[in-house]
Amino acid sequence: MENTKLVKLVLADGTEIEGKSFGAYTASAGEVVFSTAMTGYPENLTDPSFRGQILVLTYPMVGNYGVPMEQIEQDISSALESSQVHISGLVVSYYSEEYNHWNASQSLSEWLAAHDIPGIYDVDTRFLTKKLREEGAMLGKIVTPDHDIPLHDPNEDNLVAQVSVDGVKRYGSGKHKIVLVDCGVKNNIIRCLLERDVELTRVPWDYDFNQLDYDGLFLSNGPGDPTTCEKTIGHLRTALAGDKPIFGICLGIQLMGLACGGRTYKLKYGHRSHNQPVRQLGTNKCYVTSQNHGFAVDMQNLPAEWEGLFENLNDGTCEGIRHKTKPFFAVQFHPEAAGGPVDTEYLFDDFLASVEKYKAEQPAV
Amino acid sequence: MKDIKKVLVLGSGALKIGEAGEFDYSGSQALKALKEEGITTILINPNIATVQTSDNIADDVYFLPVTPYFVEEVIKKEKPDGILVAFGGQTALNCAVQLYRNNIFEKYNVRVLGTPVQSIIDTEDRDIFIDKLNEIDVKTARSRAVTTMDDAIAAGLEIGFPLIIRAAFALGGLGSGFADNEDELRALAERAFATSSQILVEESLKGWKEVEYEVVRDCYDNCITVCNMENFDPIGIHTGESIVVAPSQTLSNREYHKLRQIGIKTIRHLGIVGECNIQYALDPVSEDYRVIEVNARLSRSSALASKATGYPLAFVAAKLALGYGLFEVKNSVTQTTSALFEPALDYVVVKLPRWDLGKFDGVTRQIGSSMKSVGEVMAIGRSFEEAIQKGLRMLDTGRRGFVANRPEAPVTNAEVDKLLSDPNEERIFAINQAFELGYTVQQIHDLTKIDLWFLQRLSTIFEMGQRLLPLGDGTLADKALLAEAKKLGFSDMQLAAKFYGENDLRNSELRVRTLRKSLGILPVIKQIDTLAAEFPAKTNYLYLTYHGTENDLEPETEKAVAVLGSGVYRIGSSVEFDWCGVNAVQTAAAEGYKTIVINYNPETVSTDYDVSDRLYFEELSFERVMDILDFEQPGGVILSTGGQIPNNLAMRLHQENVPVLGTSPERIDEAENRHKFSSIMDELGVSQPRWSELSTLEGVFEFVGKVGFPVLIRPSYVLSGAAMNVVSNNEELENFLRVAKEVSTEYPVVVSEFIEEAKEIELDAVADHGEIVSYAISEHVEFAGVHSGDATMYYPPQKVYVETVRRLKAIAEKIAKRYEISGPFNIQFLGKNNDLKVIECNIRASRSFPFVSKVSGNNLITKATKVLLGVPVERDASELVYDAKFVGVKASQFSFTRLAGADPVLTVDMSSTGEVGCLGDTAAEALLKSMLSVGYRIPQKSVLISGGPIASKVTLLPVAKLLAERGFTLYATAGTHKFLADMGLASTLLHWPDSQEQPNVLDYLRNKEIEMVINIPKNLTKGELDNDYKIRRTAVDFSIPLLTNARLASAFITAFCELEMSDLKIKSWNEYKGQ
Repeated sequence: MENTKLVKLVLADGTEIEGKSFGAYTASAGEVVFSTAMTGYPENLTDPSFRGQILVLTYPMVGNYGVPMEQIEQDISSALESSQVHISGLVVSYYSEEYNHWNASQSLSEWLAAHDIPGIYDVDTRFLTKKLREEGAMLGKIVTPDHDIPLHDPNEDNLVAQVSVDGVKRYGSGKHKIVLVDCGVKNNIIRCLLERDVELTRVPWDYDFNQLDYDGLFLSNGPGDPTTCEKTIGHLRTALAGDKPIFGICLGIQLMGLACGGRTYKLKYGHRSHNQPVRQLGTNKCYVTSQNHGFAVDMQNLPAEWEGLFENLNDGTCEGIRHKTKPFFAVQFHPEAAGGPVDTEYLFDDFLASVEKYKAEQPAV
Repeated sequence: MKDIKKVLVLGSGALKIGEAGEFDYSGSQALKALKEEGITTILINPNIATVQTSDNIADDVYFLPVTPYFVEEVIKKEKPDGILVAFGGQTALNCAVQLYRNNIFEKYNVRVLGTPVQSIIDTEDRDIFIDKLNEIDVKTARSRAVTTMDDAIAAGLEIGFPLIIRAAFALGGLGSGFADNEDELRALAERAFATSSQILVEESLKGWKEVEYEVVRDCYDNCITVCNMENFDPIGIHTGESIVVAPSQTLSNREYHKLRQIGIKTIRHLGIVGECNIQYALDPVSEDYRVIEVNARLSRSSALASKATGYPLAFVAAKLALGYGLFEVKNSVTQTTSALFEPALDYVVVKLPRWDLGKFDGVTRQIGSSMKSVGEVMAIGRSFEEAIQKGLRMLDTGRRGFVANRPEAPVTNAEVDKLLSDPNEERIFAINQAFELGYTVQQIHDLTKIDLWFLQRLSTIFEMGQRLLPLGDGTLADKALLAEAKKLGFSDMQLAAKFYGENDLRNSELRVRTLRKSLGILPVIKQIDTLAAEFPAKTNYLYLTYHGTENDLEPETEKAVAVLGSGVYRIGSSVEFDWCGVNAVQTAAAEGYKTIVINYNPETVSTDYDVSDRLYFEELSFERVMDILDFEQPGGVILSTGGQIPNNLAMRLHQENVPVLGTSPERIDEAENRHKFSSIMDELGVSQPRWSELSTLEGVFEFVGKVGFPVLIRPSYVLSGAAMNVVSNNEELENFLRVAKEVSTEYPVVVSEFIEEAKEIELDAVADHGEIVSYAISEHVEFAGVHSGDATMYYPPQKVYVETVRRLKAIAEKIAKRYEISGPFNIQFLGKNNDLKVIECNIRASRSFPFVSKVSGNNLITKATKVLLGVPVERDASELVYDAKFVGVKASQFSFTRLAGADPVLTVDMSSTGEVGCLGDTAAEALLKSMLSVGYRIPQKSVLISGGPIASKVTLLPVAKLLAERGFTLYATAGTHKFLADMGLASTLLHWPDSQEQPNVLDYLRNKEIEMVINIPKNLTKGELDNDYKIRRTAVDFSIPLLTNARLASAFITAFCELEMSDLKIKSWNEYKGQ
């Protein structure tokens, strides 16, 4: 590649790594994290949960199949997970400027440049990953020789507020009324719900959904520290006092965990990959899941009426919780995948089944 | 499954095309997994050169054919609780299906562990398979299974051309091909029907991507995919013939996970427990797909996937077969996480097949839907460019990479077009030629259908090649350029060729190396850890890359020894050297050394990261070995257990002050160099067949005039076919030299006196400072003239004079002393009337080391390794000739069926792809077992004899009489018919293929009225060759056992006439050892 503009990745501990520029030739700061997913960079980069993060991809060759063409219908892209590139920067070993795919519209670099996101390649990403593994996720920045900026901790921002929807939106006309609390929802969650005969009401993160008439409540994924979403947690406490089915994913489990009286904590370097194994507690059922989170629910400190549902086979962390008697459950992983394995998509069916059940149990009006 | 105490494991037998070393690896892993559980393991595998048939792997071994008869006998005797049938390739699977159909497992109450046999049948029978997949709406290629030619044609017309035709129940796509019209369909169908009663006529998906997944499922229905792989070559080329990349490079997340999900759904529906492989065709312009096939067993691909990811599929599959859940098995790399996960790679792996088609006369160079390659290599890098260039070098075909190869004659656009559009073994290099001619990647894509992304990567390499300009006397100042070239996989040799030209490349390679090091351009060492660095790895499975700045580990500080592996399997070097290497490593470890292995062959046990302390999955080139040794600085390096590839490095490593253990590389050189060796033999008074290296045709005829016919002739450059041959008259000589492209000072021919009716005797030995400490002598069944790698061998020797042995030992002692040998060596002798001549001497372990070590019970590699490490070794009285309680016979496996067109004849050049070694109380018993193990069947009624030269007719006469006495119908070609009649023996005359007369031999073969063919080639005149060739080739194409050597034919016939099947004792190795 003839592109020899040099840029630098600077870490909070003083490490400086020189590399070559792709995407936007600009400076950017964020929290440096790594993902071990081998495919799905268009999905990953548009996942709002990555908001504020400089993403290191451990798979060395990136850009091979370009960026897909998309059709937008009711704000929902057919190919991507949101309308924006949410990462603050991208770090790879080998960037493939040439790409080939029947469905590609542009190169990864062109796409990043259009979204003003810098990329850096020719970096020893394995070295970087080991560093993050040993020392934990840390702040960093990509800088150019003539443009430097200070470090910035995105976890101090209300990232959820940045990525949530502006106002209430409605989709579909199915028989179940589902409210989706958008803390940075991925499009595929919306697609998965809409495939299941629902009428979906998507509300902003701080919206008081308790005033709506609904059959089931869904808590979306999203970026950052769950404790910054106090308003959502407050609304959720009210909902938990009721009996309507609630299902949460990713940030959703953390909000549910906090609302029910549990606690959350920051993982050393998080789970960002397509190969996280989880086991359904009390069974021999295991699944390979897609994950992207830096915080987790403390499984040891759940209130008495709650129990663990899934745990991570690698490190034993909490991957799912449920209420012992009411139809409330949530998972840390991403059943909607995109990218990653789709083995747990059945959880959407479980959720809708609990909605059906709930409705059947209500006295006829 | 606590009730499982004893398990029988089926091996895959001899290495053959389509079934090679990968099953030694799979079986060894399975045995290890069972042993860990305290289960008693019994292995049936006649392949004596494997690691799995070594001491302490299985509890006991039967060196018997993996056929229903013998397996049933072993079951009857051993009464195992369970059997594993998925670790021995198609051979074991087919055997298991037959046993199941005969209710043998039920009869003896043996549980088939893992995937039920019915599920195996569901995947093997195309109709059932398609029905099963239809049940869950999974798409398969439109296909019809037919049993008659008429139905085949009807099905073909219905589906529409182009079609693919294949035989059902065949390993590695045997008997398959593409048909573009009815005539081609008819021809292919006829061939396929010869190997299978059922054939498949299917829609062709030419140009679609080929993608495969390895899927694992436990008895709790937990399912994972361990690796996906994408073929560089689009569909239509057997995956064993394709360049394969892991993980997939051109698939989007949607495509990747769509196929993954279909795989999981399919495998659940089929009820597989353990491991399997699913292959897809994926439309390159949509998300449409077809499932091509499911292999419900460990496979070549699963071995590759294990090595590519570090996930030990066979080990895990064996645990799952015992009833464990995936979550209960540990990830053996991290030791902390579980086996229920899907590996994340932070590197790219490229597998390339190795062909040896040049060894065969008449074979077509096209590659397609049936397998012809004999080995494979796996290259690891952090860019595709880096990995593929490594891989092209690993093939050891003299290529330096994708570009900067030895200049070749220019090709025309038309020639390149043909090479690109008609897949062949050299296609990747034709892509470079196309770039040189100015083709665009799009043009190349149009001709090859190879994905543009791969072609773009190759174009990047090509363009870098164009930027590397000759330096003349100047030095390279552009450090960045050099660093970039290294990242694209350029070797120092390629750079040297670009910078300094073709002359004196070894020196200019060193020059580049020095320059590169002075600029600080060094590769870094990275670990393969299954989780892309997310968790720390406990194992040291390593590769080198230029895409990085940090080594993952520090040099080994304890006393360490490095063992160089054998590299790619090819004809002449395969699993036997892996056994040698693994034994050397184990011995060194037992002596307290840290061990370092360098090897790049994914089919081996030596590249299992559990075998050594550090495994470098890397090139065995001077450059890469020096990179590793510079870093590790081990106390010693063992080159003598890996065959010729490491042996060839001896002198250069020695010159770099590498501590090469054992015999001095200077002495090795004196044995490798033909001229030096010859004068040393003269000096020692050891006789050799007379020979001369000649650079003119006149010189050749003059030398032949002196020594007389026949002569052995070895041109250094040939267009096609046998590289060397024996010729017996002027016409043949002229004929042969015509094939040789040129005879010149640059390409001389070596002509040697050929001694007829001489015995070939081999010595495998270990010496310490010139004193022999241990040895084994073996004898060939065939007379000299059959390559030692193809010959059938007795250990101990059966028909060698005591005086010959005495003289042989004396010569060996002289040679060992003169060369100051420390370590393993092998000498090949010709013996006639007690007169001995030395043909060659290899100062390294030879192909027969595992065979003689196992039969004699005296492990020569253990001894040799101790010598190399300076551990005192007592001189043993190793020759057990007179004490031996049993006989071992090594027989060769040929894969001619797979090599369409190849002449299936034994010559001085090696053509076998594998071997077996069986034991017996008598030589005849051992011979019969080993012949049955390499696929011969005992005829019941009819034999064709085409006896060749008078000498072989005479040799065959007694057995012809024997056959007649036993009531066999003897068919004979004209000369043999007359000879037998003259000797008073009746036979039915069959006319030669080139005659129009009836009855004609070809009809009898095609109608399978002949059960065994003995065809001894007469001479090399054109007409004889054609006639003999047609008989041999037809026999092979119609799966009729063929013998082309009179001595072996006599021995085989005598054995089966003397012995009944019930005389073949079902005795285990331990029983033989204990008797």
